[in-house]
Amino acid sequence: MLSWLVKRLLMLVPVFLAVSVVIFSILHFIPGDPIDNLLKVGSPPEARAQMEERYGLNRPLPVQYGIWLGNVLRGDLGTAIVARRPVADLIAQALPHSLRLGGLALLFSTVVGVTLGVIAALNRDRWPDRAIMGGVLLGSTMPSFWLGLILILIFSVSLGWFPVSGARGWQSLVLPVLTIGLGGTALVARITRVSMIEASGRDFITLLHAKGLSPLRIQLRHVLRHALIPVVTILALRIGWILGGAVTVEVVFARPGLGTLLIKSLSQHDYPVVQACLLMLAMAVMLGTLLGDILQALMDPRVRAAMT
Amino acid sequence: MSALLDLHAVSVSIGQAALLDGISLQVQRGQILGLVGESGSGKSLTAMAAMGLLPLIGGRVTQGAVRFDGQDMAAMTDAQRRKLRGGRIGFVTQNPMTALDPVQRIGEQVDVVSRLHLGLTRAQARARTLDLLTQLRIPDASAVAEAWPHQLSGGMKQRIVIAMALAGDPDLIIADEPTTALDVTVQAQIIQILGALVREKGTALLLITHDMGVVAQVCDRVAVLYAGRLAEEGPVAPIFAAPAHPYTAALIGCIPQPGMAKGSLTGIPGAVPSPMAFPPGCRFHPRCPRASDICRTTQPPILARDQGRVACHHPEAPL
Amino acid sequence: MIAPIRALRRPQGGLAGLWLLLVIAAALLAPLLTPYAYDIQNLPQAYQPASAQHWLGTDEFGRDLLTRLIYGARTSLSVSAIAISISVLCGMVLGAAAAWFGGWLDRIVTMAVDLTWSFPEILIALILVAIIGPGTTGVMIAIAVAYLAQFTRLTRAQIMTLRGETFIEAARSLGASNSHILFRHLLPNALAPVLVSAMLATGDAIILEATLGFFGLGAQPPVPSWGGMMSAGSALVFKAPWVIIFPGLAVAITVIAINLYGDALISELDIRSRLRREA
Repeated sequence: MLSWLVKRLLMLVPVFLAVSVVIFSILHFIPGDPIDNLLKVGSPPEARAQMEERYGLNRPLPVQYGIWLGNVLRGDLGTAIVARRPVADLIAQALPHSLRLGGLALLFSTVVGVTLGVIAALNRDRWPDRAIMGGVLLGSTMPSFWLGLILILIFSVSLGWFPVSGARGWQSLVLPVLTIGLGGTALVARITRVSMIEASGRDFITLLHAKGLSPLRIQLRHVLRHALIPVVTILALRIGWILGGAVTVEVVFARPGLGTLLIKSLSQHDYPVVQACLLMLAMAVMLGTLLGDILQALMDPRVRAAMT
Repeated sequence: MSALLDLHAVSVSIGQAALLDGISLQVQRGQILGLVGESGSGKSLTAMAAMGLLPLIGGRVTQGAVRFDGQDMAAMTDAQRRKLRGGRIGFVTQNPMTALDPVQRIGEQVDVVSRLHLGLTRAQARARTLDLLTQLRIPDASAVAEAWPHQLSGGMKQRIVIAMALAGDPDLIIADEPTTALDVTVQAQIIQILGALVREKGTALLLITHDMGVVAQVCDRVAVLYAGRLAEEGPVAPIFAAPAHPYTAALIGCIPQPGMAKGSLTGIPGAVPSPMAFPPGCRFHPRCPRASDICRTTQPPILARDQGRVACHHPEAPL
Repeated sequence: MIAPIRALRRPQGGLAGLWLLLVIAAALLAPLLTPYAYDIQNLPQAYQPASAQHWLGTDEFGRDLLTRLIYGARTSLSVSAIAISISVLCGMVLGAAAAWFGGWLDRIVTMAVDLTWSFPEILIALILVAIIGPGTTGVMIAIAVAYLAQFTRLTRAQIMTLRGETFIEAARSLGASNSHILFRHLLPNALAPVLVSAMLATGDAIILEATLGFFGLGAQPPVPSWGGMMSAGSALVFKAPWVIIFPGLAVAITVIAINLYGDALISELDIRSRLRREA
């Protein structure tokens, strides 16, 4: 198990390098020069050169990449060009907000999605199934920013239950979590339903019935257990999606976080910040796949056996 | 006293397809009945009907009654039927490779039966499980109980399935082709263990197989199914000595001899017709050497013969 | 070609297909259907709720919302459809090449696909639009690239499964050339699942296009797109919620219709299992 984990972590290294190269090089194709944003109109060329020197923008790209990667590995994410603060500070400020939002949304979609999927599968082709699958389709076809705005319209503007925006107190989390969570719920419910239905057709389920176990116990203790294996795997793989959803939703609700930071720095061409944001998201995605593998191994002894 | 398991003129359909047509069978206490036929003859369906598990595969009893110990299963509540399954009726499936829950330890899967049906505590159930595994000649029972299904061989898994069938201290075990999926060498062993245990405990056994050799080896009586109907039924010895139904005769002729491919039924030309295209009259007539005009038009009546029954227009015709 | 029509006869497929035809027809005939111009501002008429003159009300510049919605359909549908077409074409070439030639090409393609596949499309699209610059072309390319991984993966998997099948081996044993097998047998057979999932992806692309439009990165004013119409965002939720509600509804209903019709088509073509393997 431990040696497998180490091997699995080592496998992430080339992926990380590939991702970092992509992130680094892509951003140098972005048109627009952040220096322009900093210089007063009509500044002498010397001021410009000095500025480029200061941010290392005058050296060849591979050198810039090497320096950048070295710094990143030492935890130094550089200095934000526009905000003129260490990027690490900006990230440290934004990250907890995004983690809280993403984590709660993940929790919400897992709990609600699995519950709905189970109810739908148990009532296959009857009205609860149709109603849930209809709702799921609805949930997965609404753009998340729009869903957010509609929730604001209903719960903040009309009912006044929750704040329209900001990040103060738990009340400000409810609507954003719902907005991201509903899309995730749709995904989870759909996978849960399909894998429950697939699992209940397996041979060993017949034998469980022949052993005299009650159908509900068979569904919840055995079928659901099997159905959860793909659900967990896919959810872990989709952590990136949930964070992606967070990007738009943070902007809609004007919440601080990686998403708002990313969008703002993109529009300001603030490379170091954008790079750091993307790197964080990429790491989350990579950790998600790793987490998925670990959870799968915990849930399935056959996978564990294949690991050693 | 009434039979332990009594199928009275049972017909079964799945959707529009009428798959079993008026099957009557009895299994007495402590008796071993072999149920024989090619694939598609309706053996497994008979087992599912006797277990009351037809709804799982979308089937239903359209006519007749399944009685266990004198009680009509259709008249029971779901809870009563569940009490029978695993309790008074044990079940052994066809394919042990897929019969066990792959994410639960072996021991727990056996324990649950005696906890559920005999009301044993966790510790008592485990003791009983280990005892059963030992009776089934499983070496190092306590290690096996802690193992996962994927760590066991097919023959070992089938012994576990048999242990689960025995765990509820049943009056009847229904075994649906318990050895088909196993290696030839293991097959004989499993049949022998199952037969011996059943005799020892006085449990009745409905043994479904396509192998007349197995029937000759362990059964008291034999029932032959063809295309969803009963062809012949009776005590093993007279039937093997002088089969009345040409299909029975052909099956006996197929008992694998050394050097023959396993389970081959090359002795009978053609195949069991599909339920959508059962021929009129006797359903065996297209493949029957004795077929005459009446066979092509009229369903044969069931005649009594030698403490048994046969459904054939020409039961005595010489071969 | 019969299956798409048969799908219309299914209960859900019919209604969904009808809506899609309606939206496409409206988009094509926009100038004939709309009494107002989509771009002329009429400030005294701003923020009008629904009325007999303006069925869906007016926006912050006093422009008729229904008119802009219909013209918006032109932008949103064409951008999404063209983007997905580009994506499908490139994805099929890449996927087929990877599956056919195998080796290092396959390894590189697979790795690139796996890498992009685990990132949300919206992030990929946002970065690309930042590189290319906002506007319909940028959005089209961004969407095309964001979905490239999906079609490459699907085509590759289809061809990998198909090449092992009997009729391909038969063709090969009859002496058919590589390119003959690839273009006459493998690609046509892989086509149905790829096209259906392209259709479903068009639905997702409409949402993505709307999201980019919402960020102000899509079609530039005054040209309307469904997402762009909502870019005024939360500010309008208080003042004129209909400006937000209707374009979003248009997106949601159209995407639902695409999904329902696509589902009917999948049942009609009987390719559910071939698609599920890729989920």
